[in-house]
Amino acid sequence: MRVGLFIPCYVDQFYPKVAIATLELLEKLGVEVVYPLNQTCCGQPMANSGFQSLSKGCSDLFIKNFNEFDYIVSPSGSCVLYLREHLSETGHHHPDYLGSRVYELSSFLTDVLQVKNLTGSFPHKVGMHQSCHGQRGLHLSSMSELVAPVFSKPGKLLNMIKDIELIALSRVDECCGFGGTFCVTEEAVSVKMGKDRVADHLLQGAEYITGVDMSCLMHMEGILKRQGSKVKIIHIAEILNGDTGEGNN
Amino acid sequence: MKVTTKEHAELAGDFNGDEDRVNWHDETLWWVRQKRDKVVHQLPEWEELRNAASAIKDNVLGNLHGYLQQFEAKAQANGITVHWAANAAEHNQIVHRLLNEHQVTRMVKSKSMLTEECGLNEYLHEHGIEVIDSDLGERIVQLAKEPPSHIVLPCIHKKKEEIGELFHQYLGTPLDVSDPQVLTEAARGHLREIFITRKAALTGVNFAVAETGEFVVCTNEGNADMGAHLADIHIASMGIEKLIPEKKHLGIFLRLLTRSATGQPITTYSSHFKTPRKGQAMHIILVDNGRTIQLGREDFRNSLKCIRCGACMNTCPVYRRSGGHSYHNAVAGPIGSILAPNLDMEKYKDLPFASTLCGSCSNVCPVKIDIHDQLYKWRQVLVKKGLAPTGKIVGMKIMGAALSWPAIYRIAGKVGRWTLKHAPFAVNNSFNPWYKQREMPVPPGESFGEWYKKNRTP
Repeated sequence: MRVGLFIPCYVDQFYPKVAIATLELLEKLGVEVVYPLNQTCCGQPMANSGFQSLSKGCSDLFIKNFNEFDYIVSPSGSCVLYLREHLSETGHHHPDYLGSRVYELSSFLTDVLQVKNLTGSFPHKVGMHQSCHGQRGLHLSSMSELVAPVFSKPGKLLNMIKDIELIALSRVDECCGFGGTFCVTEEAVSVKMGKDRVADHLLQGAEYITGVDMSCLMHMEGILKRQGSKVKIIHIAEILNGDTGEGNN
Repeated sequence: MKVTTKEHAELAGDFNGDEDRVNWHDETLWWVRQKRDKVVHQLPEWEELRNAASAIKDNVLGNLHGYLQQFEAKAQANGITVHWAANAAEHNQIVHRLLNEHQVTRMVKSKSMLTEECGLNEYLHEHGIEVIDSDLGERIVQLAKEPPSHIVLPCIHKKKEEIGELFHQYLGTPLDVSDPQVLTEAARGHLREIFITRKAALTGVNFAVAETGEFVVCTNEGNADMGAHLADIHIASMGIEKLIPEKKHLGIFLRLLTRSATGQPITTYSSHFKTPRKGQAMHIILVDNGRTIQLGREDFRNSLKCIRCGACMNTCPVYRRSGGHSYHNAVAGPIGSILAPNLDMEKYKDLPFASTLCGSCSNVCPVKIDIHDQLYKWRQVLVKKGLAPTGKIVGMKIMGAALSWPAIYRIAGKVGRWTLKHAPFAVNNSFNPWYKQREMPVPPGESFGEWYKKNRTP
């Protein structure tokens, strides 16, 4: 099995440690992982702003970089959802459709690799943020609106980590308000949503906020830092890769 | 309705000027969402009900012409006069003509979002006809000279103290009284007088049954019944999408409607109107007003399945924190944002962007409208129509080009990180909306691509 690693543009530029954790984790699990050097972005920033036509360059590049792989894995629910739904508007139902081979990291671990145990330890109180695109789009976990069985793929993985204490939130899956360009075009509402989401985690005594999407976490990190909070954000890949939370800043 | 030229982001920004009020608004509507959750989780068949309702409405939309004709024939046979209105103006003219024919200058009206959409109250007011809204929430916003901010809870944006002030001014309640019980009693007395003296009553329609020619009006206050039963002329206004094929289908829709709307098992009053009583005239106006255009838009047609429960507003994290008036349209929230551009793309071009596309709206929708997908699709349509701001077009073109060329992307990334590290003032300033209330991420020394080259490539 050859896996292509797709790293979202803003993770590549601002959070390389999340990409490194993803790579190392997959390698530890015995996967042959390749990071094609000429990758950039999934194209979602333009498309979600109404300019899907301008993301064709990104789509073409993605196909060129990743078509050869059995699976493509990325530490982002949002980018993966976009690729699955929009990579090619014509090839959706084709059995070899590239988009259907793109996996968000945690669901790749639970569904494809069927990981049963992990070795890390994370002795902290952790709040799990449900990023909407991963949750409601990729069905990584059950949704509070639906009358359906409760499950969580990222939660299942986090529970394999020793000493971790996952806290319960009062609103289990409310959006953080990042929303791509929404975070600047609707600054007031975006920030208010982020403040409220962060407050829920703080109220329950979280030391860390984790999730499958760095974009949501980046937004909440910006708010936490402005508030002077000691609470940190950490991508799920870092915890699963054995980061113990010591030495984080 | 107040005329506004501001767009959603600016209006929402104004609303957020008072954070305590935003918190109160958010928590009030979240409480309604929780009530909804509680009651739907009591029904193991909830998702099947949604599937059934969605399929029935798909059938209606696919055969609308036939069901409309069937309904018209049955309603006429029942003694109801049926009128057809192609648009808001025709609808308003028909109402006006009917009132003139009966020499009526004062009318009582129960809740009808369609008449809000058509601007009926303003039209009739200009023609010397007084309209009193009898739904308590609508009466409150009418006294405040404001449009409703929510389709089910029209005055949800008002605190009880503000309502007390209004009632003191208009209904003569004592100053500083805000006890809901007292205020409701005062409204009751005031409206009772209206019901008894008005000769014409207008109601909305929740469901019209093609099979029987009857229509159903759902209220919690019984105000539609009070108005219609006491008046000589009952006019019912309905959008043409309100049809359901058979009476038995009400067993699905009535179970879904109020559970979704307010978390009640059923509305207090689900009133069936079939034939006028002796001496009464009953009219029904079938209104298109853009609905057939929407029916022709494949990507957006199923927005016409909407039964106006308001669940998408209660769950929407953006709506809860921006208030209904920020949508500057009769129907606010996620559903309003996919319906409004159909009526006027230029005027409502901002609304499909007033969302994070979180998808909660589609999950609560009792008729399974893919609301958040339609928001995404409207964005594409609006940009193609040239309705995006110039600055955004330029920015997106630059971004699209840079991200299409790996070498340019790498240089831009490097420059960006360098600037953030060595000249943070270029980024951390008042021109950057991110920085206003959030810190920028700390730029790392190298990108992952750079790290990978050093550490993994031979």
